[in-house]
Amino acid sequence: MTNEELKIKLTELQPAATFQEGGEWVTINVEVADWLAFAGQLRQEEALFFDYLFCLTCVDWKTHLTMVYHFSSTKYRHNMVVKIKLDRNKPEVETVSHIWRTAEFHEREVYEMFGVNFLNHPDLRLLILPDGWEGKNPLRKDFDDPVNMIKL
Amino acid sequence: MKHTVDKETTLLNESQAPFAGSGEVPYDRYGDTSAGIALGDGDFQINFGPQHPATHGVLHLVITLNGETIKKVEPHLGYIHRSIEKMCESLTYRQFIYVTSRMDYLSAHINNHACALAVEKGLQVEVPARAQVIRVLMDELTRIASHELWWGAMAMDLGAFTPFFHAFRERESINDIMEETCGARLTMNYMVPGGVMHDLHPNFQKRVKEFLQLYKRKIHEYDELVTGNVIFQNRMKGVGYLSAEDAIAYGVSGPSARGSGVSSDIRKLYPYEIYDKLEFDEVLEIAGDSFARYMVRINEMHQSIRIIEQLIDNIPEGDFQAKTKNVLKLPKGDFYTRVETARGELGVYIVSEGGNTPYRIKFRSPGFSNLSVLDHMARGSKIGDLVAMMGTLDLVIPDIDR
Amino acid sequence: MWSFSQIANEIHEWLSKTFNPTWTLIIEMVLAGVAVIGLFAVLGLILVIMERKVSAWIQIRLGPNRVGPKGLMQSMADTVKLMVKEGLTPTGADRIMFNVAPIIAMIVAMLLLAPIAFARNFQLWDLNIGVLYVSCVSSLMVISVLMAGWSSNNKYSLLGAMRSGAQIVSYELSAGLSILTIIVFVGDLQVSKIIASQETGWWIFKGHIPAIIAFITFLIAVTAETNRAPFDLAEAESELTAGFHTEYSGMKFALFFLAEYVNVFIVCAIGATLFLGGWMPFHIGNWTDFNHVMDYIPSSVWFFGKTFFLIFVIMWFRWTFPRLRIDQLLNLEWKYLLPISMINLLIATLMAIMGWHF
Repeated sequence: MTNEELKIKLTELQPAATFQEGGEWVTINVEVADWLAFAGQLRQEEALFFDYLFCLTCVDWKTHLTMVYHFSSTKYRHNMVVKIKLDRNKPEVETVSHIWRTAEFHEREVYEMFGVNFLNHPDLRLLILPDGWEGKNPLRKDFDDPVNMIKL
Repeated sequence: MKHTVDKETTLLNESQAPFAGSGEVPYDRYGDTSAGIALGDGDFQINFGPQHPATHGVLHLVITLNGETIKKVEPHLGYIHRSIEKMCESLTYRQFIYVTSRMDYLSAHINNHACALAVEKGLQVEVPARAQVIRVLMDELTRIASHELWWGAMAMDLGAFTPFFHAFRERESINDIMEETCGARLTMNYMVPGGVMHDLHPNFQKRVKEFLQLYKRKIHEYDELVTGNVIFQNRMKGVGYLSAEDAIAYGVSGPSARGSGVSSDIRKLYPYEIYDKLEFDEVLEIAGDSFARYMVRINEMHQSIRIIEQLIDNIPEGDFQAKTKNVLKLPKGDFYTRVETARGELGVYIVSEGGNTPYRIKFRSPGFSNLSVLDHMARGSKIGDLVAMMGTLDLVIPDIDR
Repeated sequence: MWSFSQIANEIHEWLSKTFNPTWTLIIEMVLAGVAVIGLFAVLGLILVIMERKVSAWIQIRLGPNRVGPKGLMQSMADTVKLMVKEGLTPTGADRIMFNVAPIIAMIVAMLLLAPIAFARNFQLWDLNIGVLYVSCVSSLMVISVLMAGWSSNNKYSLLGAMRSGAQIVSYELSAGLSILTIIVFVGDLQVSKIIASQETGWWIFKGHIPAIIAFITFLIAVTAETNRAPFDLAEAESELTAGFHTEYSGMKFALFFLAEYVNVFIVCAIGATLFLGGWMPFHIGNWTDFNHVMDYIPSSVWFFGKTFFLIFVIMWFRWTFPRLRIDQLLNLEWKYLLPISMINLLIATLMAIMGWHF
């Protein structure tokens, strides 16, 4: 499916969503509340069939956080990007690890690096950071470590 | 074996679950009990790593065993985490490429390549034809070197020491070629935005041709020593089965996914540089077991040789680097590139605010996703199989931890 | 001709002339003990350097080449290093069992040297159940491995020890059955008589196909019994770090290490004795002139030549094959080797009764 067709199809599913222009792939902004249902549609809708979640990450915009999901379809070979704006003080989003298993590890990484709380995640614990790092989120912009971080 | 879409509706939020190191039994997400499995009769846990001969680095797996049978594998990462993503936020677009050599150090060229491509995508720079060919040649040489190291290391995991040295014989000559042109043997730092750092060494073509001859003379030893061995085949066949559905659901990429019949070669699917003009096959095996993954990598080496043979006599004359400004500034926006490293799909996601440093950078490393499938694969098999699975997933720990 | 037995006789005569019979016996026993300990140490050193050189040769590299001429003193240097290292005992370990285990391993290996005929008329103890003695005592080896694994209080050690226990007990069977094949041909358990029976040819040639099958079974079984690759599951370093001796260091580790190599020597010596005629030169039936020429090579050269050839074969296995998995290992024994050696023994018995062998 070309980008234009994808946009039309996605608008049908999410009339409220906005698209971000530019970039090679369709980028859709979704509300947190709609995410879980939308994620299910992305995976199960026969015309979309986004079965491959190849990148899951988060960006700290100082005022808010943005979850970024990159999807690909192994059947149709089309790609898309989903962005979700989160409240920076209490970032919470539904997990998609039951839809794409790979999200389990990636969400754990985002959880410890950005402090995003994934609701209903089966095993939300620190993955990379050692004990005692709960609550400190190294990849947030305001994280500061005077000992190990060198300002250039 | 299928659970692409699981019906786990009663999942608990386990953000306060104890860390396994604290002496508590870790939470089991597939168990019937909600708060974690009590170890059954005869079960015990062992720490596989962080210092262990078969993990090839500081990977720490907490394995729950019943006798020799694996009940659960839980990776604990971070022993070599350098937070490269954070470091890159304070490095300019010229500088950050060099840090990425330290991620997957066995395919340093390809990591650098991915970053250079991402920056070029932002800058809208056209890379000269000569630079493109040089990049592809280097990528494929790196791929062969990486697969050779994997071959030796995997055989060593299975208890055969000799293949390691035989693999290093050929790998050394690749390293010599690299050293001559790039000045380094492991972390090459050869790719820059807009091309390559400097031109090829005059000896390059001659040395590569010598290597091709050596390789063709010696490659049959690989099959004689390892592939055809009965013990080896028994250790690999039917071990670590991964279905195509699971491979996709777990985000497995590269040779590990192609062993399960998932077409996932970025070079074919989303070609970059001149890969769409080259003749090579995407190696696919459908068995999905360790032996299939093994065969994919062995055959990929042949395909890489094919690519090098097509290019080595056809390196176009011209610039090796496009003209770029001294200070690179990417326009505001997101830029994502995908390349095929020796281990799978490497994604570089750059978020730019218009400055000369990336605002946020994310490396989607193949090892991280490939590791996540290990627990699913290993359950119910013997501890001896675990090393075979880890061997054929080709885990490189700095790539997982970044 | 200069030979071991001549030296031994001269020492004996000189002692008999100088001392009374009791003292002679005591001094001879002490001498024999010292000789065994010396042999034990020398064998360990030689086999370690041999293994390193063989592996280097197979792996297209040079191997140790710094200490002494061509690196031949490397294992001496290693011994010194191991001796000055601290022998740690883990806190949670069972101290007595932990410290006794390597000594048992060494004692077993030393006991096994007793009935081996190193040359013509040169044997410590030619007891009438020689081969039976060897197979009994060698099975004690598993006790030291189990003790080491259990007392270390380490899960890797325990896993390794349990693997080793299962493995040694299983492979004892086919090793025993293949030894029996030759004993059936000879009709005697005494080592000197087994060797004497090969006057007209070695059993591997005289015993037709059953002897060859028995020889191959024996090689596989003893490789497994001595815990060497491809059957080194007890110490599979890519799975269990070092298996049963994970917690051992210094001289305690060295004893296990030495015992392993001396065990390899012993099983190869037994194999050479049973199948390749021990010290007996290469004889063919009644070609008396040919046999006479062969006799000019000293018997000790024949014995050590054959033994080291077998040792080389076992080393060759180690540096070529990958390791088996535990279930495959037991399958190989119980589903293939054991039935084959039983049928083989039956055929051999039939041949011995009918007198079909040479």
